[in-house]
Amino acid sequence: MSALTPATETRFSSLRKLIQRRVSWLPVGAAVLILVLMFAAGQSYFGRFLTPRLLSSLLVDNAYLIVLAAGMTFVILTGGIDLSVGAVMAFTGMLAAKLLSTGVPTAVVIPLMVVSGAVFGLIIGVLVNYFDVQPFIASLAGMFLARGLCFVVSLEAIQVKDTTVLGLQSVKLGTFEWYITPTGIIALLVIAVAAWVLGYTRFGRTVYAIGGNEQSARLMGLPVARTKVLVYVISGVCAGIAGLLFTAYTAAGYSLNGIGTELDTIASVVIGGTLLAGGSGYVIGSLIGVLVYGVIKVSITFLGADSSWTRITIGILLLVFVVVQRVLVARGSRR
Amino acid sequence: MDAQPVLEVVGAQLRFAGDTALADVDFRMFPGEVHSLMGENGAGKSTLIKAITGAIRLDAGTISVDGTAVSFATPAAAQRAGIRTVYQEIDLLPNLSVAENIMLGREPRRLGFIDWRATRAAAREAMRQVGLELDPDSLLSSHSLAVQQLVAIARAVSTELRILILDEPTSSLDQDEVAELFGVIRDLKSRGVAILFVSHFLEQVYEICDRVTVLRNGSMVGEYLTTELLRIDLVQKMLGRDISELELESHSTAPLPESDHGVVLSAVEVSRAHRIEPTSVELHAGEVLGLAGLLGSGRTELARILSGVDPTETGRISYEGTQRHFAEPREALAVGVAYSSENRKVEGIIAELSVRENILLALQAEQGWVRRIARRRQDELTASWIEALDIRPANPEHPAGLLSGGNQQKVMLARLLAVAPRVLVLDEPTRGIDVGAKIEVQRVISDLAATGMSVVFISAELEEVLRVSDRILVLRDRRAVAELDPETLTVDMLLAIVAKADTDE
Repeated sequence: MSALTPATETRFSSLRKLIQRRVSWLPVGAAVLILVLMFAAGQSYFGRFLTPRLLSSLLVDNAYLIVLAAGMTFVILTGGIDLSVGAVMAFTGMLAAKLLSTGVPTAVVIPLMVVSGAVFGLIIGVLVNYFDVQPFIASLAGMFLARGLCFVVSLEAIQVKDTTVLGLQSVKLGTFEWYITPTGIIALLVIAVAAWVLGYTRFGRTVYAIGGNEQSARLMGLPVARTKVLVYVISGVCAGIAGLLFTAYTAAGYSLNGIGTELDTIASVVIGGTLLAGGSGYVIGSLIGVLVYGVIKVSITFLGADSSWTRITIGILLLVFVVVQRVLVARGSRR
Repeated sequence: MDAQPVLEVVGAQLRFAGDTALADVDFRMFPGEVHSLMGENGAGKSTLIKAITGAIRLDAGTISVDGTAVSFATPAAAQRAGIRTVYQEIDLLPNLSVAENIMLGREPRRLGFIDWRATRAAAREAMRQVGLELDPDSLLSSHSLAVQQLVAIARAVSTELRILILDEPTSSLDQDEVAELFGVIRDLKSRGVAILFVSHFLEQVYEICDRVTVLRNGSMVGEYLTTELLRIDLVQKMLGRDISELELESHSTAPLPESDHGVVLSAVEVSRAHRIEPTSVELHAGEVLGLAGLLGSGRTELARILSGVDPTETGRISYEGTQRHFAEPREALAVGVAYSSENRKVEGIIAELSVRENILLALQAEQGWVRRIARRRQDELTASWIEALDIRPANPEHPAGLLSGGNQQKVMLARLLAVAPRVLVLDEPTRGIDVGAKIEVQRVISDLAATGMSVVFISAELEEVLRVSDRILVLRDRRAVAELDPETLTVDMLLAIVAKADTDE
């Protein structure tokens, strides 16, 4: 049987070998291509589109979404979904605004935001893993719970005057053209840490393993239960961090903040090349996905068109990506 | 061998939902020995393996490793004790690299982070031990099943391996791949690993195993040395019935009425690129046509064309004299050609549905979903098929996924037969099922042919093809090479024709 002999296995041309090794990066490449094409199209249509200021604001304005997408990537890689992130982000923001207005120190409030996000994630993770609830349902419950608690905290918007929190967004580092805010730095930091964890820790590899085949992962003796709970906790933590960034961005906590953000997050992750079925995808891709989302939003504003066109465009793009994913998966399984 | 057993199971008992799965089973394995667990489907083999590997817990009985009683709560715990399993349906991760599949969960780390270079090196070393030389970074899914299986074994070898359990490792391998696997097994054996080899292929068991434990209906029949147990005795112990019952009456050779000899299906020069070269074949009424050939010889591909699952790229297919072009299986089914896939898990049984629903699926589809079959009629039909094919348990509402492989196969057969086809194409209907169920399926096929139905029968076991078929078409390297009369053949002669290399011609 020739397949077993080393000769045939090593006879692959180096190019084919490269493609074979890097096939999971293809969707990310596609996202990068789309981003580049959008920049090019914007530049040629609007003239001065591709400016340092636009690129800087792209990162800064979408910092909270980048953080959410990083967390969501973990969940989707295991084949799960987390619909609670928008509401949890709103809740942690609400909580922070309320506490800050009553004089609780910032050093207490910020860790509390992260912890409360983690608690939501833990509840969802436990429901999913130990009570065998569908991730969709469990996180939907988490979403309603968080949104409901927002209204318990306050029905009105609460303004944030804390200089530390506001400074996260208002401090602009760099030149007038190229700048970054602490929120942008936090977002990039989250991406870097997430990419590192997914690529270089046993926990991260277990996340991929579960997405590939949960049963196999279990039989391989991997800590499936722990990992599945932990991805929701990570997503919750990210929602907490996003709550901080969003509060800094809007300078207020409001119970209707972030409605539909969970869907924007999922769309960004999928456009960034992560397979909804799990097992394949990269945090870097999710970052690209958010940037694509950001460019669409900016372009719609440039065009002066109704903002609903953002959703329409995202919808179409998402549709294309999901179909492309199906084709890739079908191709893979035909082998 | 008087050495201390590395694994000893004493008085294992387990009940599932009121059914006894294991009743007082003893089992032991010695280092450097290959042990086989034999028994029909439902004998308790898988249950015992699951208990040993920590996938389920026993109600009573003890498991000890090296004389120390153990109780594995999870597969991970069993793995820490050096017990590794390679499953029939390879339980690896197609989305990850070869290196990761071998090292996952045990990657070498530096400062808490995975050291990829060391991981790849360790994976290479493990692969070298099983004679593999793959690119550690290549995706697992880019390799053949046989290679994936060796990767699974490499994963086991890369650990402190005491006991290796191979569950039906050869069911999807061809002969050369089996030989390769046996080489690896012998090597592991010489290094003192205790190996549990579970297979339905008796020849393989006799070739590689030192010791056999026979189970029947969850009870222990006995433990034997293969050298001291005649093959026929082994089968008898597994089946627990008189061996004469096994002898299938030689297939009906009584001449059929002349009118029944008409050509039902005729294919002329049908082919698919890279799958099967242009091939012509005729199928007569009341005939069992056996397709013999190795894996990859084109036997499955030809069967799929004949049954309209895959369209032919050249030539034509006529059914009862009328030329047909089947674009999808439904059209073939409509004129009476039914196909049973070799891949019954993926393409056949719907595990969540009951036996009744599975059996009636095709019939209901043929009628159209609007005209629902009356429940009384459904129950009657199901009961009659359960009886006719001896499906066990004889409970129409039992979820089909919980049946044993042999019984699932019978449910598939019942589904096809319920639509009263004229031509039945069966691709490996007896694969992975036990000897008793095999004989029953063979009997059903012979009975069907006697009623005038035409059957195309594929099996990897030449002996079976020889026994069941009225005519045998031998395929080799994607083309038909011979058409033979089984009356004049022996297994060895057929094997010679099937295996003959091109250069000899």
